[in-house]
Amino acid sequence: MNQCTNTHEACTISEVLEQVFQVGFFAAMIRVAAPLLFATLGEMFSERAGVLNLGIEGIMLLGAMTGFCAAYFSGSLWLGIAVAATTGIIFGVLMGFLTVTLGLSQHVSGLSVTMVCSGLAFYGYRLVFGQPSQPPNVKAFEVLSVPALADIPLLGPVLFNHLALVYVGFLLVPLAAFLLYRTPWGLSLRTVGENPYAAASAGVRVAWYRYQALMMSGALFGIGGAYFSLAQFNAFTFGVISGRGWVCIALVVLGRWDPWRCAVAALLFGAVDALQLRLQSSGIIDLPYQIFLMLPFVVTVAAMAVLARNARAPAALLIPYRREER
Amino acid sequence: MTTSPIPLLEMRGIDKQFGEVHANKSIDLQLFSGEVLGLLGENGAGKTTLMNILFGMYRADAGTITVEGRTVSNHKPADSLALGIGMVHQHFHLVPRHSVLENLMVGEPGRWGRLDESSARERLLQIGSQYGLELDPARQVAELTVGEQQRLEIIKALFRGAKILVLDEPTSVLTPQQAEGLFQAVRAMVADGVGVIFISHKLHEVLGIVQRIAVMRRGEMVATIINDNNVTHLRLAELMCGRELQPLNKPTISRGRSLLRLVNITVDDGRGHPARLHKVNLDLHAGEIVGVAGVSGNGQRELAEVVAGVLTPSSGSITVGGASVDRANRRAMQGYGVAYIPEDRMGDGLLTTLPLSDSMILPRMHQPPFSRFGWLNKQAIRQFVEQQIEKFDIRGADVSIRAGMLSGGNLQKALLARELAFNPAIVVASQPTRGLDVAAVEFVHNRFLQLRDNGCGVLLVSEDLEELFALSDRMVVMYEGRIVGHEETEKTTPAAIGLLMAGSKQAA
Amino acid sequence: MKFTLEPRAHTPTWLNISLPVLALLATLVFCSGLIILAGAGVLQAYGALFKGAFGSKFNFVETLVKAAPLVFTGLAVAVAFRAKFWNIGAEGQLLAGAMAAAFVGARDVLPIWSLLPLMIIAGFVAGGLWATLPAVLKLRYRVDDVVATLMLNFVMFYLMLALVDGPWKDPLSGYPDSPDIRMDAEYPILLQQTRLHLGVLLAGVTAILIWLLMTRTTLGFAIRAVGENARAATHSGLPVKRVVFLTAVISGGLAGLAGVGEVAGLHFQVMASLSPGYGYTGIVIAMLARLNTLGVIPAAIFFAAIATGAETMSRTTGVPVFLADVIQGMSLIFMLVALLFTKYRIRLRGSESMYEHT
Repeated sequence: MNQCTNTHEACTISEVLEQVFQVGFFAAMIRVAAPLLFATLGEMFSERAGVLNLGIEGIMLLGAMTGFCAAYFSGSLWLGIAVAATTGIIFGVLMGFLTVTLGLSQHVSGLSVTMVCSGLAFYGYRLVFGQPSQPPNVKAFEVLSVPALADIPLLGPVLFNHLALVYVGFLLVPLAAFLLYRTPWGLSLRTVGENPYAAASAGVRVAWYRYQALMMSGALFGIGGAYFSLAQFNAFTFGVISGRGWVCIALVVLGRWDPWRCAVAALLFGAVDALQLRLQSSGIIDLPYQIFLMLPFVVTVAAMAVLARNARAPAALLIPYRREER
Repeated sequence: MTTSPIPLLEMRGIDKQFGEVHANKSIDLQLFSGEVLGLLGENGAGKTTLMNILFGMYRADAGTITVEGRTVSNHKPADSLALGIGMVHQHFHLVPRHSVLENLMVGEPGRWGRLDESSARERLLQIGSQYGLELDPARQVAELTVGEQQRLEIIKALFRGAKILVLDEPTSVLTPQQAEGLFQAVRAMVADGVGVIFISHKLHEVLGIVQRIAVMRRGEMVATIINDNNVTHLRLAELMCGRELQPLNKPTISRGRSLLRLVNITVDDGRGHPARLHKVNLDLHAGEIVGVAGVSGNGQRELAEVVAGVLTPSSGSITVGGASVDRANRRAMQGYGVAYIPEDRMGDGLLTTLPLSDSMILPRMHQPPFSRFGWLNKQAIRQFVEQQIEKFDIRGADVSIRAGMLSGGNLQKALLARELAFNPAIVVASQPTRGLDVAAVEFVHNRFLQLRDNGCGVLLVSEDLEELFALSDRMVVMYEGRIVGHEETEKTTPAAIGLLMAGSKQAA
Repeated sequence: MKFTLEPRAHTPTWLNISLPVLALLATLVFCSGLIILAGAGVLQAYGALFKGAFGSKFNFVETLVKAAPLVFTGLAVAVAFRAKFWNIGAEGQLLAGAMAAAFVGARDVLPIWSLLPLMIIAGFVAGGLWATLPAVLKLRYRVDDVVATLMLNFVMFYLMLALVDGPWKDPLSGYPDSPDIRMDAEYPILLQQTRLHLGVLLAGVTAILIWLLMTRTTLGFAIRAVGENARAATHSGLPVKRVVFLTAVISGGLAGLAGVGEVAGLHFQVMASLSPGYGYTGIVIAMLARLNTLGVIPAAIFFAAIATGAETMSRTTGVPVFLADVIQGMSLIFMLVALLFTKYRIRLRGSESMYEHT
């Protein structure tokens, strides 16, 4: 990246833009969006079934830990991903037990799952690795260039020069849309989230669908978390997720519970993140880096304030369903 | 009537208990192919419970269900569909945000793992032409009228191959004219061999369409009779209520001074939706009960809320006892002596999981005797609540019981006790007897008459025409947010009011 | 096996007291599995934990000192949750209060006698104001309060970091922290040679005041009524939005006071490690106390004991300190389940025969 050669004052807006919006920027946008996409789609599925899964932050963290451990000891990154997904499924079931079977508050249940998972992640990591001076790391995923397509000018490096997991994440979007809108399973899931009594009267087993959605969301949270420890940082640190799970909750709102829009929301978030990295490293704008770290959270709250009024949350979100209720 | 030897449906010895409430006591019921069976009973007689057991929503504590000679046990709604049992609930089980077609396809297996839209559309068209039940598959359910939504519910049942169709209070949301359309469809289905169970508490409707009548009372099946010329309203009513109906004793008293005057009240959200109230004018005098009739959702609820001060009108003026009200809110109106019995007593009236005393002082907790300078007087609160429990005979209640544990009738008594405790000048009541048992209804009715005789003005919103005719001195009829009729009770008939409710004067 | 829930008319007192205890016991049993995984003896580990928390005067004082901010955040959450204002933002409100106190406490122009009262007021106001933001977002724009308060925690945290690493950085220390407050702005020590400061006493007094507020005043009544059924409250003429707003101010203010105590009694400045998640622990404490403001005190002491004791346990038995976090989360889960029993009675029944129809 060419540094702005002039003095700060002489840097024009166009120069800044030129420097910021390069191929690297768009590639970074996609890279940042990918792990969030897993978690966002997971959250979207559980909310579409009527359960707000606030276990997201903790499950991502625990997935990052278990995934890392599995990959570290087996040497297989994909095994790490599988273990992370399995971890997520287990805690998805726990979330289901609390919110579906017992009908407890989804807010508090989710937070408690996050607390337990975070605790277990730290505890487990310390148990396995102790307190090493150098954090252990794994050999990260390598970039998988799609033959031929990667050579297309501009588009190639932006779209077809990524980790395999990035492609998987983006392929999940059409898959999720197909599942949700085109299959009987998806229609049942949506009905469960809108009007569980209508679903039950059509013979759809409400609780089972909510469990399925929660397991699915757990698996995707786990994978999203493991993305950070296996593909991004190549190591597990206590701040590996640091609030990104919560951002995904907001991305679902911004994406209005639709897979395609959720993907757009994740890409927008990726763009903001990539932008801040670039602005920071370009040295053009002299702001403390903490302000940039704060940015996604501010944008999220602001966007929710603008959009929430028109948001179409699933009608039965947060409402427990009891079969024999009079 | 084509009675085959094996009944289409046989329920035997069905028993169901919800906590303390014995909703169904050893019920027997038979339904034959090609007949309409009327299931009659007061609210709370156990009809809906019985049907929910039939459909597999609830599980019976005891008893057997046989469909076409095969015993069914421990079935779920999914199994009922496979058995050909379809049900149209009082509250529709539809997803407003989904299309008509999507609502039909829920629970359908699909083809190759995909939703099978084309065949669903085909079957929808076929049902439409066969029974005169037509709907556009692409429309969103939220855009449908209530009548159309009910049509969709019936189509849904037929779509799934229902041979037994249960209609739970199907006409309660319809105008008499819309109801006639429904009856035609029912006749077409019966001619096709479907067995229909028609639940209602409206006698004249039942007599018009059914072949046999089963009457339930307090969880028991008290009689099953053939609908012939010997069946009269009075006899059915006696079966339902268990005793001879006492006409209400209503002395004629002269109307007093004006208590409340609404002029050109309009409620409009200003976002292009149709106004919920449009230039409504209304007078209420001391010593009279004014009934507000209308099909649910035509502005009656809003009218009651405006008078209560819960809903602020966008324009128009309110005068209470000669004083003009500038900023109407609930507390101000309460200050003017307006008591308010909201339509949804659990949702709008009470704090169901807190102690009953909290619900009882809710509107006046900020005033003496309940509090002074922001400090609650526990002693006074306890005393007040105990006094009211005794005065209104609220059974099973004490100061600390969770309000939600009381039965519907006692909840309503608690609400009345709270609202009437401080000698109101005006009482606004929405659906005050909905879902109550006979004794509680009588209690409420007598209270209202007593209030009227004591010089109170009562505004009574109800969908029960019988109730309105029994109680009110005058009646107004609402249609699409307007008052379309204004009649002296003695000079009008239910039929005339029914026509007004359907908006027929406007159409003409 | 199938079970059904039957609502209870009354909750017996013995259940109210024994269920939280049972929930904690269940948690300890669960966590003993983790201790075994760490290769330590369960009784030894818990013994070390208990000793570390209560074993000496010094340890006991440390536990109390740690309990003080937890009492405040627990109260903050309990008050907010009563009104169904889902304030997950006590963490950020605590930081806001701490910064306000640290700022006021370092002003040289203020007379000595005014320092402590002004710090307390500033801390309450700062925390309260920060909580009004999600309240307004909820009331005006229908933004989910859980998500908004959660997000705002991060905003406040990074804002604090930016300040102490920038314009507000202490020129004397090389670290990213704020300048120390004046000596006269420190909470007096109650017990010589220990860290037991005035803030611990204030926490106890505040708990009693808030209990009176919630049970004996019309505002407390209104908060409960709005939380139980906002529609019924509206239909009875309660100013629901104003009540929610006031609840947010009180809740945020209480969390802000937690921050004041940490600055005036313990750290005398603000820095990144000011709060190890006191705001989130407050949620667990409030739930464990069943939103009863007096119950917050024992619950806070319990979690403070776990946190201080875990250090000793880790040193002597090698069980990672993070056991404390797992205990926290698990006890919340068990308490949630236990809460169900206070409102419902559970009736078990054997599984019945499956379908008979062909």
